[in-house]
Amino acid sequence: MVSPGVWIASLIDGLLLGFVYGLAAMGLTLIWGVMRVINLAHGPIIALGMFGVYLLFAHAGVNPYLGLLVIALMGLLFGILVYAIAVHRVLNAPHLSTLLATFSVNMMIIGTGTALFTTTPRNIDISLGRLTIGPVVLLGTRLLAALAAVLITGGLYLFLYRTTLGKMVRAVASNRAAAELMGIPSTRVLAFSFGLGTMLAAAAGGLIATFFPFTILSGGTYELKSFVICVLGGLGNPTGALLGGLILGALEGLIPIALPVSWVPVIEFLLFVLLLLLRPQGLLGER
Amino acid sequence: MWRSISWWFTFLVLLGAGLWPIASGSATGREDMFLILMLVTLASSLNILLGYTGYVNFGHIVFFGLGGYVGFYLMHRHGWSLGPAMIAGGLATAALALILGTIILRLRGAYFALATIGIHEAVRAFVANFEPFGGATGMSLNFAVYQAYGGAAQALWIAYGVLLVVTLLTVGISFAVKHSKFGLGLMAIREDEDAALVLGVRGPWAKTMAYALSALFPGMVGVLFFFKNGNIEPGDAFRLHLSIETLVMVMLGGQGTVWGPILGAALYERLRGYLLTSPLFKSLHLAFAGMLLLLIILFVPAGVIGWLRARFPATRRVIA
Repeated sequence: MVSPGVWIASLIDGLLLGFVYGLAAMGLTLIWGVMRVINLAHGPIIALGMFGVYLLFAHAGVNPYLGLLVIALMGLLFGILVYAIAVHRVLNAPHLSTLLATFSVNMMIIGTGTALFTTTPRNIDISLGRLTIGPVVLLGTRLLAALAAVLITGGLYLFLYRTTLGKMVRAVASNRAAAELMGIPSTRVLAFSFGLGTMLAAAAGGLIATFFPFTILSGGTYELKSFVICVLGGLGNPTGALLGGLILGALEGLIPIALPVSWVPVIEFLLFVLLLLLRPQGLLGER
Repeated sequence: MWRSISWWFTFLVLLGAGLWPIASGSATGREDMFLILMLVTLASSLNILLGYTGYVNFGHIVFFGLGGYVGFYLMHRHGWSLGPAMIAGGLATAALALILGTIILRLRGAYFALATIGIHEAVRAFVANFEPFGGATGMSLNFAVYQAYGGAAQALWIAYGVLLVVTLLTVGISFAVKHSKFGLGLMAIREDEDAALVLGVRGPWAKTMAYALSALFPGMVGVLFFFKNGNIEPGDAFRLHLSIETLVMVMLGGQGTVWGPILGAALYERLRGYLLTSPLFKSLHLAFAGMLLLLIILFVPAGVIGWLRARFPATRRVIA
């Protein structure tokens, strides 16, 4: 029999991870919510965030959490670039076109990234000590990552609900034509929203890099997790993404106690397909 | 179909290309052609769902891998010979698609595409944990198995010959579907699903049949490929990238045409071979393939064949 202490420790560990997963998924869900595009370059952008923080840390000695700010800004600019080159022209074409266009960006990043960085695993060697409460041992890096994820989420909400630009994003999301008639430059807002989505992905990648080893291909795993999370919370719903992230994190913490670790993805993806069928609008969505 | 010029043109070109390695007896020619024919089959079968019906399937390779596993299991553990094992592999994947299709084809557009990614990952993770299929390490054929086919060298030629028949069959079915009432129903769904339903197209049934049909051939080809390979493991059998590359082939040649997947598969395979062997592009071949895909989507969304047919209407008589 597994002691309750192990359960609690695994649960908390999972939930801390869940905040970061939620942040990554928020980037995906935001882009879908605003322009109905599923960004298949999500994973590689997460990986770029990882490498950005890593390169700044390993070669310039920048503190990873400070480096995160730089990476977030670069993520924003990169997203705007991707939107302008690959997405804008096919925005009104059938889904297949946007899916394949963003996937082509995925291939370009992975191809160049593999050539530049090879696929040797890297890790950021940083330790922030640990916090012990009874049977629960919390790693400083994970605690700080969860905190950062919560702060960024809070910032996103303040931005979307309190600033003019944020309100423009929401206006374009709810009705692009009407927003355009009200004088909102919708193309620029769309480009910015795409950048915002990639910024969240890159930031999440940077946070993950502080406690897991990674390669340029690692983003794929988190991209798939983001899909599961988005469907859990309802595509296009940022709060749902955070909730979905927490659920997935908890599952990842708890399943390995009862089953071999390799069963985690089987359960995750079965859950994913079941949810798509039974509640495609997500747990928080309305019918 | 039997009186159509374009069908006989397609059939003879494919047959000629397929028989060339047999006539010349060249083993390298056979290996090249095996890969091309395999990709033509994968792309043509994907085209039935993607091109005719307009549903994006990111998990096409699931059927290739799973069919390969079923056939391999029958050959390896129960001593079946290649032919029955291949048919069993194809029927198993078609049956799976029939069951899955009745469930997930209620989803439309991007939701369906996401579900196919989920299915791909779930199946791969399941097979990697499934002990009868050898779990994460997979299975290997005993070399003695090839004796029944007159030695390993002979077995490779047999696998090639069977593949040629399967490819011709796939392209034939693809042609027949496109020119049938069933195919018109699929294309109506592609253009406007709600309108098609109102006009009396049996939407769910037609979509599920298209899905099952597109799953049948990859399952058969999977058995041939892994029979030739001699071993099978989850990483080889379920490569998400191959699914996407198949999508690229269909797009490159022209979705929704019979010739598109054939030309797209051949062109893409040649191009990839060139990029992989050229020292300049060796490490960047994926990035180049991505750039090519983006250029097609942005500027020639109809693909090579679609563009030809639109630009030179006279070609439509010959190139389906």
